[in-house]
Amino acid sequence: MNINFSLLKELVGIYGPASNEKTIREYITKEIKDYVDEIEIDSLGNLIARKKGNGKKIMISAHMDQIGLMVIDIDEKGFLRFTNVGGISPFISISQKVVFENGTVGIIYHEPVDDISKLKLSNMYIDIGAFSKEEAEKKVSIGDICIYKTEFEENENVVFTSYLDDRVGCFIAIEAIKKINNPINDLYFVFSTQEEVGLRGAKTAAYKIDPDIGIALDVTAHGDTPKAKRFAVGLNKGAAIKVKDNSIICHPKIRELLVNIAKENEIPYQMEVLEFGGTDSGAIHVTKEGVPSGVISIPTRYVHSTVEMASKNDIINCLKLLIKFLESEINI
Amino acid sequence: MLLKELTEASGVSGNEKEVRDLIISEIKDYVDSYKIDRLGNIIAYKKGKDIGKKLMITAHMDEVGLMIKDIDKDGFLKFMTVGGIDKRILVSKPVLVGKDKLPGVIGAKPIHLQKPDERTRALNIDELYIDIGARSKEEAERYVSIGDYVIFDSEYVEFGEGLVKAKALDNRVGCSLLIKLIKEIKDLSFYAVFTVMEEVGLVGAGPAAYEVDPDYAIILEGTLCYDMPKLDTHLIPTYLNKGPAISLIDRTTIYNKDFRNKIVEIAKKNNIPYQFRKTSMGGNDSGKIHTTREGSITATISVPCRYIHSPASVMSKKDYDSTFALLKEILYQFEREEI
Repeated sequence: MNINFSLLKELVGIYGPASNEKTIREYITKEIKDYVDEIEIDSLGNLIARKKGNGKKIMISAHMDQIGLMVIDIDEKGFLRFTNVGGISPFISISQKVVFENGTVGIIYHEPVDDISKLKLSNMYIDIGAFSKEEAEKKVSIGDICIYKTEFEENENVVFTSYLDDRVGCFIAIEAIKKINNPINDLYFVFSTQEEVGLRGAKTAAYKIDPDIGIALDVTAHGDTPKAKRFAVGLNKGAAIKVKDNSIICHPKIRELLVNIAKENEIPYQMEVLEFGGTDSGAIHVTKEGVPSGVISIPTRYVHSTVEMASKNDIINCLKLLIKFLESEINI
Repeated sequence: MLLKELTEASGVSGNEKEVRDLIISEIKDYVDSYKIDRLGNIIAYKKGKDIGKKLMITAHMDEVGLMIKDIDKDGFLKFMTVGGIDKRILVSKPVLVGKDKLPGVIGAKPIHLQKPDERTRALNIDELYIDIGARSKEEAERYVSIGDYVIFDSEYVEFGEGLVKAKALDNRVGCSLLIKLIKEIKDLSFYAVFTVMEEVGLVGAGPAAYEVDPDYAIILEGTLCYDMPKLDTHLIPTYLNKGPAISLIDRTTIYNKDFRNKIVEIAKKNNIPYQFRKTSMGGNDSGKIHTTREGSITATISVPCRYIHSPASVMSKKDYDSTFALLKEILYQFEREEI
């Protein structure tokens, strides 16, 4: 399969923290609009794109939001204090660059602390190089959200960058939209919002769509680095088919179907039993009268850091598995 | 005075009837319809100009309190908390037990008898009891049953410069504002919803939002305030006397930026003081409302209350008035279809 990773490089660089997904939504809309039949945006900002077909109604969800930092206070000297939007670690944040929607760049640092292990976000601040409150307020307002600013890197095996979570899922969904020509199933691709703060977008999107089947595309953790916590998912071992996480026990038939399709098409795959975390399927499967749901996960190292790493082969295999699944006749 | 009546009424989560009856008696002549739903929420509708969007304004009726879980052989009542209560505030507080509001006191071992370690820590709830003056289990059982609710016995008092001390300002202040809106707004259609069981997990708001299915919702709250002068400004969630607190983010919602900015703009234009609620701790009915059905756009506007979730919370009447002024202007903008 021919895959151009330059779109992924673009996607991870676009601004779109949870609740503030406008820019990334517009970018994705432009990418897909010629390949879908209908596009809709709901009150929570979900982008819902339909490719009509006569079979099962399938909701495919990849969240377009990312974790970030919201400004809650600007002090007299122009330093910004912040709270987390999603899972922001104080330790990962030290000395990182951040960027606001309007392009303002700052760095994160912390007050002197006796015991660094006790560092909290409330002891940290963002320095945008302003010399007074007034100067800072010209560039940033309370309530503004910034994201990590990092570089995209790749080699022949892997990509590493911030925000693979979940722009790699968006990338796979976009590629599937472009590669599926005459869908036999009725496909609703959702680029969901506010996943990072509790699967909020997927919940309202699923209510609106009322699908027969739900599939989320998201990153998962890894267990293949030195002394990593035992977890049977590793890079370059294939698409991960989720069995469970903290938000869902995937429907056995969906899981089985994904496994069978992977076997039949010789797509490398691995089973994922995750003891924490959750993704959009967690919200989808308990919508209305219940929706049989599964997840195709992209094995990713260092999730929620600025150097998330995934294997190019795994990404391609996730895409292959998704396309084969969506193009199969599903009886459930 | 309405806020006095509201705060002195009993309405611990799951037992909101007294507050609900009071609210209904206040609003019934000013709304076009109202109902009590199956969980006990009041869903009232006021007909005015139809703006093509459904607006819902909500305030939760319930307060934090206690519940009797056992009666010991000497007639002392053992209890548990309903909603988030700091156990350190309980000792020696007068309370009212059950439907008949039987007076009692939360008792504990006097300081003279406490062991050194007991003096340095907060007593656990199972070391406390409610004393209603009964001398035996049998005598206590004549007045009290397991499952009875307990409220703090705390009078509404005005003091200082326009300050109010009362229990349950969270969220009778929101109820009071909503009642006043119902009485004074005449030209706009909106749903006024008084919810149950917010303090135990936003229980009432979901079903109420499911029924109303709003496009926009405004949640009225009494929110935490800790404006001590030695704190760094970013650690002060809200200040007394600095106007309504507009929420940015909490555990349950990231508030819609455009709606929030519109509200700020309205406040600025009308010279109404406002502040942002600068903490992401806590949550409120918005969490359920904005994710119900196909979703809605929400804002939370709160009156800052010091010592919230205690028998003696404190708010400023100035903040109450400016919050009401802001709400009125927001509704006026809805009516003019500028939101």
